[in-house]
Amino acid sequence: MPVQPHRAALTDSATDTARLSGVSFGYADSPSVLKGINLTLPSGSFHFLTGPSGAGKSTLLNLLTLATRPTTGQLELFGESAATPTRAAIPAFRRRMGVVFQDFRLLDHLSAFDNVALPLRLAGRKRDDYAADVEEMLDWVGLGDRLNDRPPTLSGGEQQRLAIARAVVTRPELILADEPTGSVDAAMGERLLMLFQSLNRLGTTVLIASHDEALARASGGVLLRLDDGRLTGGEP
Amino acid sequence: MIPRFLSRPSAILPRDGGGEPWLAAVIAVLCFLACLSAVGAVAADRAAQGWAGRLRSEATVQVRPRVNETGAEAAARAAQTLAGVTGVEEAEAMDKETAEALLRPWIGDAILPDLPVPHLVTVRLSREAPASAVTLGRALAEAGVDANVDDHSLWRGEVQRAATRITLLAIAAFLLIASAAAAAIVYATQAGMAAQRGIIATLSLNGATDGRIAGLYQTRYALLAAGAGAVGAAVAMAGVAGLRFLGGADGVTSALPVAWGDVWLLSPCPLLAATVALVAARITALARLRAGG
Repeated sequence: MPVQPHRAALTDSATDTARLSGVSFGYADSPSVLKGINLTLPSGSFHFLTGPSGAGKSTLLNLLTLATRPTTGQLELFGESAATPTRAAIPAFRRRMGVVFQDFRLLDHLSAFDNVALPLRLAGRKRDDYAADVEEMLDWVGLGDRLNDRPPTLSGGEQQRLAIARAVVTRPELILADEPTGSVDAAMGERLLMLFQSLNRLGTTVLIASHDEALARASGGVLLRLDDGRLTGGEP
Repeated sequence: MIPRFLSRPSAILPRDGGGEPWLAAVIAVLCFLACLSAVGAVAADRAAQGWAGRLRSEATVQVRPRVNETGAEAAARAAQTLAGVTGVEEAEAMDKETAEALLRPWIGDAILPDLPVPHLVTVRLSREAPASAVTLGRALAEAGVDANVDDHSLWRGEVQRAATRITLLAIAAFLLIASAAAAAIVYATQAGMAAQRGIIATLSLNGATDGRIAGLYQTRYALLAAGAGAVGAAVAMAGVAGLRFLGGADGVTSALPVAWGDVWLLSPCPLLAATVALVAARITALARLRAGG
């Protein structure tokens, strides 16, 4: 059965966390990586983005984190145009989102505690104000006893959990996660999924890019598929 | 174990263990040189002011005797006249032996007896309100003394011009040294940002503004420059204090008299070094971030 491009039922931009209209992206002299993407993430929604390697999942997340700009089309975040934001405007968007990168992007010279505290420090919060939140979050991802350890001393799964803790510690409005359970066992994967679901129940919009379609179906969220740069389907 | 909320957070940027000690050494040497140029300028100005002050408080009058009057009589009459002028503290006719003693180093003993030695009056002027050459000349004319008054203004002007040039040279040297320090900081900031490109990207993706990221670099290099500047200034202060202690008020030479106050003059050096580093690092970091670095 042919699948239709996903369109969320809600169309009021005031209640949408993200909205992409006809968005394409490509590098110079190369075929487009994303082609005519129409996608709306209503506030408080939970979406799973699946698709084969090279389909453009990470590129789509990069667009949403404003790491790259669409070649064509419109992008709105939190009700504001974000297709061509000024450099000065980008941090304000990013402070409203938490991102879990596929390569974790942890700072090796900082302890687990300081890695998780990083977005809070960058937002200007004081240590005695955020210390309890950080420790609670590290407990939640099972790293409560590794506060002082640096990322190179952690396993791949532990680093992934640390990256997730950093992404969610600010209680962001939007969580973007690229393969957030790729390096953990099934039990920890379910535990992390529960964390995302808990945040979603509190109103956080979640978009997870993953190969793991079983996990995606278990999440109960809206399933999206990217194939060859096209958003070809979605099912609740 | 210290509770985490009481301990200091780690620096967001990693230490650059390889390059920073060398950068600190360069900044320390530059601060030391800047301190020497500052002390040199102050000492040269102090010497010039001292010489100019002494020249300003003295005048020399060359007297030409009238017919039927000896040079000594004319000089004595001139001294008597000048002693009564307002702004003159003392006027004294110079005897022939003293005048010859002044000429001997320049002319020598062989021809000195055959030369007519000028008849001079040395005038010590009030420091607060010295009489001008015009006033002295007018008083001598009214007393019927034929004389030329030299208030040393020619030499005084030369000394002051020399002092001004030395001060300007010292300021130029100071600015060059500050520019060299700024260039070193610019290079270090660029190298540090190139090496930490991934960290900067992570900070940016976690919501750091360009100003916040630039602030990390400016703080790092300002603290480094302050520490290095303190070392350079401390060595210079020890050197100046040593010169003052060993050489007295004249220091090494009377052309560069050193004062104890010069030691404390150098105390703002770490602050100045930190300011130069802060500005250089901030401008460099912001420019690089805006260029996409």
